[in-house]
Amino acid sequence: MITVAPKTARLEKCFENLHAQGRAGLITFVTAGDPNPQCGLEIMKGLPDAGADVIELGMPFTDPMADGPSIQAAGLRALDAGQTMRGTLDMVRSFRGDNQTTPIILMGYYNPIYSYGVNSFLADALEAGVDGIIVVDLPPEEDNELCLPARIAGLHFIRLATPTTDDARLPIVLRNASGFLYYVSITGITGVGAAGADAVTSAVRRLRSHTDLPIAVGFGIRTPEQAGSIAREADAAVVGSALVDQVTKGIADGRDPVEAVLSLTRELADGVRQARNRVLS
Amino acid sequence: MNHPDTYRDGPDETGHFGNFGGRFVAETLMPLILELGSAYRVAKEDPIFAQEVARYFKNYVGRPSPLYFAERLTPQLGGAKIYFKRDELNHTGAHKINNCIGQILLAKRMGKSRIIAETGAGQHGVATATVCALIGFPCVVYMGEVDIARQQPNVFRMKLLGAEVVPVTSGARTLKDAMNEALRDWVTNVEDTYYLIGTVAGPHPYPEMVRDFQSVIGDEVRRQLSDLEGKGRLPDTLVACIGGGSNAMGLFYPFLDDEEVTMIGVEAGGEGIGTGRHAASLNAGRPGVLHGNRTYLLQDSDGQIIEAHSISAGLDYPGIGPEHAWLHEAGRVQYVSATDSEALEAFQLCAQLEGILPALEPAHALAYVIKIAPTLPSDHIIVVNICGRGDKDIFIVADALGVSL
Repeated sequence: MITVAPKTARLEKCFENLHAQGRAGLITFVTAGDPNPQCGLEIMKGLPDAGADVIELGMPFTDPMADGPSIQAAGLRALDAGQTMRGTLDMVRSFRGDNQTTPIILMGYYNPIYSYGVNSFLADALEAGVDGIIVVDLPPEEDNELCLPARIAGLHFIRLATPTTDDARLPIVLRNASGFLYYVSITGITGVGAAGADAVTSAVRRLRSHTDLPIAVGFGIRTPEQAGSIAREADAAVVGSALVDQVTKGIADGRDPVEAVLSLTRELADGVRQARNRVLS
Repeated sequence: MNHPDTYRDGPDETGHFGNFGGRFVAETLMPLILELGSAYRVAKEDPIFAQEVARYFKNYVGRPSPLYFAERLTPQLGGAKIYFKRDELNHTGAHKINNCIGQILLAKRMGKSRIIAETGAGQHGVATATVCALIGFPCVVYMGEVDIARQQPNVFRMKLLGAEVVPVTSGARTLKDAMNEALRDWVTNVEDTYYLIGTVAGPHPYPEMVRDFQSVIGDEVRRQLSDLEGKGRLPDTLVACIGGGSNAMGLFYPFLDDEEVTMIGVEAGGEGIGTGRHAASLNAGRPGVLHGNRTYLLQDSDGQIIEAHSISAGLDYPGIGPEHAWLHEAGRVQYVSATDSEALEAFQLCAQLEGILPALEPAHALAYVIKIAPTLPSDHIIVVNICGRGDKDIFIVADALGVSL
């Protein structure tokens, strides 16, 4: 169990505010530097005003084993446009020039971090204004690699729980988790398929009996209605592939990909914000 | 690095060979990997499982494969005495079937009912489709679009065996992407599906398990050489090609603690290491994490994976099994490379002198044997693993030689 306090309080404040407002949050995933560094930064900077409560910023990787076609394509698009790990951290730095409150979580795979050097990465990420990290291919069995160093450095290490994480395993997954718990609502890859509302409800209740961490639910959430349905039970809904698809569609239709992403974000935010009102009325 | 007392006790409980190996997978797969690990632990200790594997090895695969004295190549090179371990004579034409027999029997014990696999050249795909037909399981093989185009005969072979071959269109559309896609399938179909990995890579327990099933190669060599050259005679040098490294691990592992045995793994040097177009992860890569394990990888300075290149589709992988990475750093095994053109020359020489068309993969091992044999005395015994037959490669060889068929 890690007792080091996180060096940033943005994530805690964010969930406190959401709780005070009596609503769930919207967590938006976009790939850093997609479709190019400049456009990617503009998208990122526009997300909070469009209603994103937390930003997950994908660190592009050539071999994203847990991602579906949309996020794979986004990563390759960003890499082709010259995105690097340094570039991703620079984006965060630039974002923090205007915004000191919206939490930023870097999400991706271990190799680019390992290649950068774990200690340098943690120091540079903190300095740039990152609040936490999610690394898909680091299960609790590999906590010594990055999770523990990250926690000691003062960054949140956000853990994924899945439908295959049973009650016996959950305590292992939660042992060094911090920030929030990310529930992957389906067995599968990002952007393909969605879980039923009932399954999500019972899963979130099961998780709550094991942890006090806020619970975010993601994978397969594409529409404001779906986001709203998740937001009735969970503390936050995560949307990724649907937003990334807006970049692809925007480019294909000759529209501004920035506006395409932000416009869907606004709709999703409405869905999330109205979710619990609807239940009450 | 200090020499350990034994090189044969890896991996540790957490799947590490020194700093290499491990279990770098998404949480969804972690429970499955743990289940597989304990199922394999139990099977490994069960004599009935060993007997079942041995029975299929003998009656279905055709083991033991012969250890053949290369009677024309040896005098031609005028040095060391060369033996071929003839795993190309196995059913399906390569060593891949050894591992597939073991894993399909394990999958059956575990109550799994659907098999998935990745393949590059198609040899592992064919071997997997074969054992699935044998046991009666549905089989899905992921294969990069680029590889499908250059390995048509194997694609058709898999289909004849009843497998579904799924073209992989993501990333570079070759073996590493086929492996990504198989992992994506597994993460989606967690209940009934068994992922039959074809080499000594991937998350623990795969590197250990595949090595164990392939170790029949080295175990046989020890007995056979003893019969042919006198009781207890060990080989002086073992040579095997390395892509992921399963045939090499299978040959080397039983001899790792025999200090007097030199071991050489031959990586694919492609167009030459200096050109950047090769598949030599140990000679030109650095440690990283991909496909569930830490090992040497071909990657750029930002940790992005670089596509491998080799004339041999079976060596065309940007990583290598973690146990090889460890043996490399421990200095127990030497890792060298042979280029496309050296492999092509060896291929032709072997065909003409021994009447054997080796696969382009072991042609790399032969290329290195051709280099060192003349420098060694006539009582020096080299055993080279001819881990696959070359029939599948004739179109590629013809193309490389400028012959149109």
